[in-house]
Amino acid sequence: MPVQILIPSALRAYVDRQTAVSVAASDVVGALRALTDAYPGLARHLRDESGQLRSFVNVYLGEDDVRHLPLGDRTALRGGEVLTIVPSIAGGAR
Amino acid sequence: MSSLRARRSTDSGTRLVLRSGARLRLAAHALRGYPHEVVGLLLGSAARAEVSAEVWEARPLENEQEQDPARRFVVSGLRLARAEAAAEAEGFDVLGYYHSHPDHPASWSDEDRDQALPGRSYLIASVSGVVGAPTLEALRCWRLAEDRSEMLEERLDSGPEAVQTQSS
Repeated sequence: MPVQILIPSALRAYVDRQTAVSVAASDVVGALRALTDAYPGLARHLRDESGQLRSFVNVYLGEDDVRHLPLGDRTALRGGEVLTIVPSIAGGAR
Repeated sequence: MSSLRARRSTDSGTRLVLRSGARLRLAAHALRGYPHEVVGLLLGSAARAEVSAEVWEARPLENEQEQDPARRFVVSGLRLARAEAAAEAEGFDVLGYYHSHPDHPASWSDEDRDQALPGRSYLIASVSGVVGAPTLEALRCWRLAEDRSEMLEERLDSGPEAVQTQSS
């Protein structure tokens, strides 16, 4: 069973305006990789040059922030889960 | 060292029209918040967002930055998602965000660029002066370049009178 990834409105231009994308993956990082493999233009906005998720990119597995799960983005998926990409905003004069 | 350097301003080729009510509200928010940074949503119609969009409302958000609110802002993902969902349920499109730069120019910083979302307008209000009587110095609007290397300046218009801008 695929995993569903909910796409925030700011990033939908990179996934053909879809609100959700279904991927097959065995863990969170694999799901995100499958997403950016399918939609390569999204990759630079999700990950930095070292491949890490950008600081403003939060990913939730159900109600849980993946960064706060014991295994982080290596958390296993069995299929049928919902991942949600939730950007924060930040910045400032310096 | 400040990350605000003299920058070449590159035109994004897009245009943002700021209705006078939205301009007044975000200016009032920026002045009221001085000397701290304020932040909010730019809401309106994205019907022609590829080249032009119109801001009908500027809606304040809470700056959750606790360490250095005079120099930084942050809105956490869940709070932002709730605010955007509420606005979209009212029929608005989320066009972007505004924030203030107290005692700094309305130019983008490295932090602004690094944290920016693609396809959104980032309006910066420069505010300076003294607490109790600050002045809105300038409004400029920016949009992230697709390669994330810089922010491109977006033309900012308002009616009936033009918004004050500064050239680089």
